[in-house]
Amino acid sequence: MKPMLAIFGGALAIYVVIVLLIAVGPAIDLSRTPAGPDVQPLTQLQAEGREVFAGNGCGYCHTQQVRPIPEDQVFGRPSAPGDFTYQTPELLGSERTGPDLTNVGNTKPSDVWQYIHLYDPRAVVPESIMPNFKFLFRVVDKAPPGETAVPVPAQFAPARGVVIPTQQAKALVAYLLSLKQTPIPGYSMNGGMGGMTSAAPSPSAPASSAPAAAGAYSYDAGKGEALFTANCSACHQTTGEGIPGAFPPLKGNAAVDNDDPTLHIHTVLHGAHGVTIGGVKYTSVMPPFAGQLSDADIADIVNYERSSWGNHSKHVTTADVAAVRAKGK
Amino acid sequence: MAVTAQDLSRTGSGPVRSERDDHELASIFTAYTVSATFWLLFATAIGLLLAFKFGAPDFWAAKYLTFGRLRPIHTNDTFYGFASLALVGAAYYVAARSCGTRLYSTKLAWIGLWLFNLAAIAGTIALDLGYNWGDLEYREWPWPIRVVFLAALLVTAWNLIATVARRSSEDIYLSNWYIVAGVLWTIVIATVGVLPWYQYGLGQVAISGYYMHNAVGMWFTPLALGLFYYAIPKVLNRPIYSYALGVLAFWTNLLFYPLLGGHHFLFSPLPWWLQTTAIVFSVAMLVPVWAGSANFLLTMRGRYHGRIESYPLAFLFVAVICYLVGSTQGTVEAFRSLQAIWHFTSFTVGHSHLTMYGFVAFAAWGAVYALLPLATGKNPGRLGMAVHFWLALVGVSIYVIALSIGGTVQGLDWVHKVPFIQSVVDMEPYYLWRGVGGILMFLSHIAFAWNVWRMTAGTPGDAASPIMDPSVGKEVIEREVVA
Ligand code: HEC
Ligand code: HEC
Repeated sequence: MKPMLAIFGGALAIYVVIVLLIAVGPAIDLSRTPAGPDVQPLTQLQAEGREVFAGNGCGYCHTQQVRPIPEDQVFGRPSAPGDFTYQTPELLGSERTGPDLTNVGNTKPSDVWQYIHLYDPRAVVPESIMPNFKFLFRVVDKAPPGETAVPVPAQFAPARGVVIPTQQAKALVAYLLSLKQTPIPGYSMNGGMGGMTSAAPSPSAPASSAPAAAGAYSYDAGKGEALFTANCSACHQTTGEGIPGAFPPLKGNAAVDNDDPTLHIHTVLHGAHGVTIGGVKYTSVMPPFAGQLSDADIADIVNYERSSWGNHSKHVTTADVAAVRAKGK
Repeated sequence: MAVTAQDLSRTGSGPVRSERDDHELASIFTAYTVSATFWLLFATAIGLLLAFKFGAPDFWAAKYLTFGRLRPIHTNDTFYGFASLALVGAAYYVAARSCGTRLYSTKLAWIGLWLFNLAAIAGTIALDLGYNWGDLEYREWPWPIRVVFLAALLVTAWNLIATVARRSSEDIYLSNWYIVAGVLWTIVIATVGVLPWYQYGLGQVAISGYYMHNAVGMWFTPLALGLFYYAIPKVLNRPIYSYALGVLAFWTNLLFYPLLGGHHFLFSPLPWWLQTTAIVFSVAMLVPVWAGSANFLLTMRGRYHGRIESYPLAFLFVAVICYLVGSTQGTVEAFRSLQAIWHFTSFTVGHSHLTMYGFVAFAAWGAVYALLPLATGKNPGRLGMAVHFWLALVGVSIYVIALSIGGTVQGLDWVHKVPFIQSVVDMEPYYLWRGVGGILMFLSHIAFAWNVWRMTAGTPGDAASPIMDPSVGKEVIEREVVA
């Protein structure tokens, strides 16, 4: 009996001690992490959506943690301990087959986009390999009162009838839209692709970096295109034609193909909602980019749009962007 | 070097054994192996479907076949269905034989088998219905199901300890150290994973980091190593190179391994000291890994040309090499500079297949081919084993190489801050090659099933006894000793 006690008992005892020190102890402590500023508990609908998210394994392709390294700046500011207080079970994830979703409620705030994307990701992102979640939708002849049909592009829509989200889809989208990082003083809210080289001004101090950069600016077409792909094409499409009824075309758009860039810049900086463009009233939300992109990045994107898809209008400079930014909303 | 011929000669003979005991031990070993084979086929068929979905995301996208529900079914069933059952079945055989006694309780072994299967079946159904406990890797099953798994472990520990307690000599052979301790550690892991009180928010992240790595390194690794210490000397008909080195590896593995789980969450908001500890001990792990691998390889010295003559040895050899390479790769991956590139990419998936498949699955197969014929008295066919070996080896090589290159490309895309979708597009050819590797791997499992059939219920094949002629390679050793 003696060697058994020494070997098995010893191995077990040592292991238990190590586990208490390295896992259970820290976990007890970390479980008490207070919520960060403005971090809110989920509403019941959002919590339901979180279960839909976990139950359908979205977490195997999507992380929800932003690391404090340059390549992660596109996803927002680095995650802070206080961000996770209301996130149980945790969904930090371990693989990024798709992008990080920590801040997707800010970058894709449009429920319409989320619905179309879930119904068929390739309807908005042609190269996507995300599975479709058509089983979260119903196809009916006519939208019942109180329900809005999802404006799925014709090519991806069912042959007959209209697409209506189920309760599960609504909960899931409510959850996705709740994924918004809250600003933390001292943490910079970098985003876009230019976040690394030029610290983007924080939303609270809009005009700070503008004048210095103004003189040095020259339009970088490659960067403009890349920034457009990373931030805008999911809604406005690489063709610049948008999605009928959901996202307006930028090709031939009156605000874009116009030598006065004020409205164009203003929309990118501050987003838009409920605007009528080319006779169509758009109800979905265009996100603001003032907090995520620097003036130079915005100038590159705007210039890319002004010179693509047959648009020919005057290029802007960083100073133009800074001027619109300075005026505020 | 402590020569352990006497340890080895003790195996396979003992005072309290009857023919009936032998028969019962064989039927337990058989039942676990057959059950494991079923889970292997099922879980890897799912794996193949998942690989296919990367190229055809709209294929079978219905609710019960959606990617995110099948993926945890694949991982949990390979872990808890296939690998656990295959290793435990062989471990029962090793424990009884190396202690020169009979199994403490056949009945408990059967109860354990039913509990393991009940957990895996219930877990599979729950995940497919969408009851996933938060995408927390390897503990996605709802907690009552994980308690059933825990019960299976308790039954197994009891049975193994009681078997070792009635051994015929004072010493405990090294295999049993690893096997029994592995089960005991895993009882701790499963308990820590289930209890809720410290698992809120970030607290749960700390437990996830601990859990996912310990489930691998304190369960599958010790069981597989325990089988190595018995099966390799057995097949070679020669004692293990150094008993002392094995003891060193045992204690260092225990001291270092549990501390490295946090390396899954480098750069996360977990406390920095926890992450740094994980990195330091990931490096320290080189001690047990190299000590263990050297021990196995030195035991095989002089017999390298015998590997292909003996497929059981060939499987064990690949398993040892993958243990060495996979674990060393794990250490390298843990450095912050490299993590910054590889973390979150498919590189990690390649790494887990190098270790879980190249090491653990090959070890389980090697042990089954080495020991099951000794239990049942039936050998598989040589061709069957050759087909299994080569398809699995070529398949997993393609798989791991494709994802290692692809994962690096993906990581560099992110470092260079190209739009995210570019990294998705760039992965396409690597996903395809992964699928090609996966097809070969799956085909090899069909060959394995066929071989298991012949070693148990079917007509035996033409392979020689797994125990090799001790004279082969003898001159080489003698030359070495002289030189
Ligand atoms: C097989 C992997 C996979 C699964 C499973 C998956 N996704 Fe995705 N997801 C992707 C990929 C790849 C992209 C990038 C291309 C695109 O936008 O479609 C993406 C993009 C997204 C985006 C847009 C993010 C952004 O910043 O543009 C959202 C939102 C999203 N997924 C939500 C989900 C939800 C919700 C689920 C579960 C219901 C899910 N995903 C399941 C792979 C996956
Ligand atoms: C989540 C989807 C979405 C994303 C991402 C998006 N937009 Fe928009 N955009 C819209 C919608 C919707 C409108 C229509 C305005 C409204 O909501 O009423 C719009 C309108 C516009 C307009 C036209 C304003 C007008 O009055 O004609 C411009 C210009 C524009 N977006 C530029 C961009 C740029 C540049 C980006 C990337 C930095 C971008 N958008 C990203 C949804 C999006």
